[in-house]
Amino acid sequence: MITTTHYMMLSAALFTLGVVGVLTRRNIIIVFMSIELMLNAVNINLIAFSYYLQSAIGQVFAVFIIVVAAAEAAVGLGIILSFYRNKETVNIDEMSLLRW
Amino acid sequence: MVEAAAFYILAALILGFGALVITARSTVHSVLFLVADFLCVAALYVTLQAEFLAVIQVMVYAGGIVVLYLFVVMLVNLKRPPEAHSDPRRLGRLGVVMAAAVLAELVAIFAVGWAKPAGGEGALSPKNVEQIGRALYTDYLIPFELASILLLVAMIGAIILAKREL
Repeated sequence: MITTTHYMMLSAALFTLGVVGVLTRRNIIIVFMSIELMLNAVNINLIAFSYYLQSAIGQVFAVFIIVVAAAEAAVGLGIILSFYRNKETVNIDEMSLLRW
Repeated sequence: MVEAAAFYILAALILGFGALVITARSTVHSVLFLVADFLCVAALYVTLQAEFLAVIQVMVYAGGIVVLYLFVVMLVNLKRPPEAHSDPRRLGRLGVVMAAAVLAELVAIFAVGWAKPAGGEGALSPKNVEQIGRALYTDYLIPFELASILLLVAMIGAIILAKREL
């Protein structure tokens, strides 16, 4: 029997994978993809609860999260492109202009 | 029984592709594994009676966002791999430790409180697109309009950022 807890476990594991990607990879494109993985983990949680509570509101919020993910991807990739034009790199270790 | 089998197969695929996304050497392979991951998540949505979300997931994520990523991968030169430059002050191990801490925290939440939310009030009909649409255009009208403004702002912002000179 698959309960909501199973879906929450899956979501937690996927979220942790995203955290590992953000914290360990140096390629900023892969860091952005890890953020997408984390947003997907949140969506799995929302939809599992929408199914459990038999309410469509969870799916409405999942739609909003997809909107935010699309906006984040568009602006983030624009920033990557303009940064690449300046410094010829996508390595986050070299993006240290604001480092103290 | 079939439901359990579907869940475990899809969960294994989602986590496997997720692991491949963050470990793949080539960025293009990473993007392609991301598409596979999104498609598996869409299949999981279908098992949760969220067919509309599954279609949106395939169209927006696998169709739109991933194409954006592929374009950026094409536009930046990855001949010199980003991993080549290594910062001596980088604490890569600490990242793994912090991620393990996040996992431990999430497991602790599951272990302590098997929080049972209150039972559902309404009934999710098999054709729930109508319910979603009704909620979007009545109770959540202002968030819906704000989301469209957010998309417009993001579109203009992305064009301005990516343009060489204004």
